[in-house]
Amino acid sequence: MQLKRMLPAFVMATALAVAMPSCKSKPSDADIQTKVQTAISATPGVSADVKDGVVTLSGLVGSESDKAAVETAVNNLKDAGVKSVVDNIEVEPAPAASVAPAADALTQGVADATKDFPGITATVSDGVITVTGEIEQSKVKTLKAALDALNPKKTDMSQVKVK
Amino acid sequence: MAALQDKYKELIDAVNTSGVTGAQINESDGVLHITGTAPSADVKNKLWDIYGKIDPNFLTGDVVLNVNVATAVAGAKVKVVTDSTNLNIRKGPGTDQPIVGKAAHGEVITLVGKANEQWWLVRTNDGEEGYSYAQYLTPVE
Repeated sequence: MQLKRMLPAFVMATALAVAMPSCKSKPSDADIQTKVQTAISATPGVSADVKDGVVTLSGLVGSESDKAAVETAVNNLKDAGVKSVVDNIEVEPAPAASVAPAADALTQGVADATKDFPGITATVSDGVITVTGEIEQSKVKTLKAALDALNPKKTDMSQVKVK
Repeated sequence: MAALQDKYKELIDAVNTSGVTGAQINESDGVLHITGTAPSADVKNKLWDIYGKIDPNFLTGDVVLNVNVATAVAGAKVKVVTDSTNLNIRKGPGTDQPIVGKAAHGEVITLVGKANEQWWLVRTNDGEEGYSYAQYLTPVE
């Protein structure tokens, strides 16, 4: 009699015991969201959406390494229920300012020195002056002396055509 | 090393025997660098003539000859040695500076000072003062 009364409780307990692990292995998207939010909080500018365990990352970061770090951090949350990660994070392009260095003294000096030689173009690279174009024979010495006076590593006039 | 110094032996000898002070002759990366101060504009011109004889039109680029002239000091008279044109006198040392005067080809003017080896402060006989490009000025001895 006592056993009969206990049976429903036993069944319920068994049912719960079976149900619990399955509940544990299937956290809600909201639970996942909480964990992901913590993981991505270290990188400002990134947001995450969770749907059926699939995390979609979006936003704008400063570098490729930031992007990779966030993706790895979220991928590591497999235990928390993350099935996969879609990484839509964009990387901000580097500022263009670092591409064009300011004209140095040698470059300015070359511009001054070649001003009076209309057919001549001179460029500076790593301390070497490279001259191209055409020049009258009578002016070659003046040009070479003006450029040498700037103390370059080399004054390369091998491409100059002397008229 | 020796090859370049052999090629330009006549030039190096001239530097060493014509009273060039502070002469330095160094070779780096296949280029012979010759610097120093010549006692006169004539000596500087002579060195350039020798250089041009060894390397016609200076096209090889294996020498950087950077010789100043000792007499190009404040107060000296300098001659305008442009090709044929007038020499610009500018407000400051640079071709981006406004032109404040001109000196005629062949005119003898006064060297007042130097902003650097490229830009000299000059004064014309009319009293115009400003900066001119040093390559077009040579001291009058």
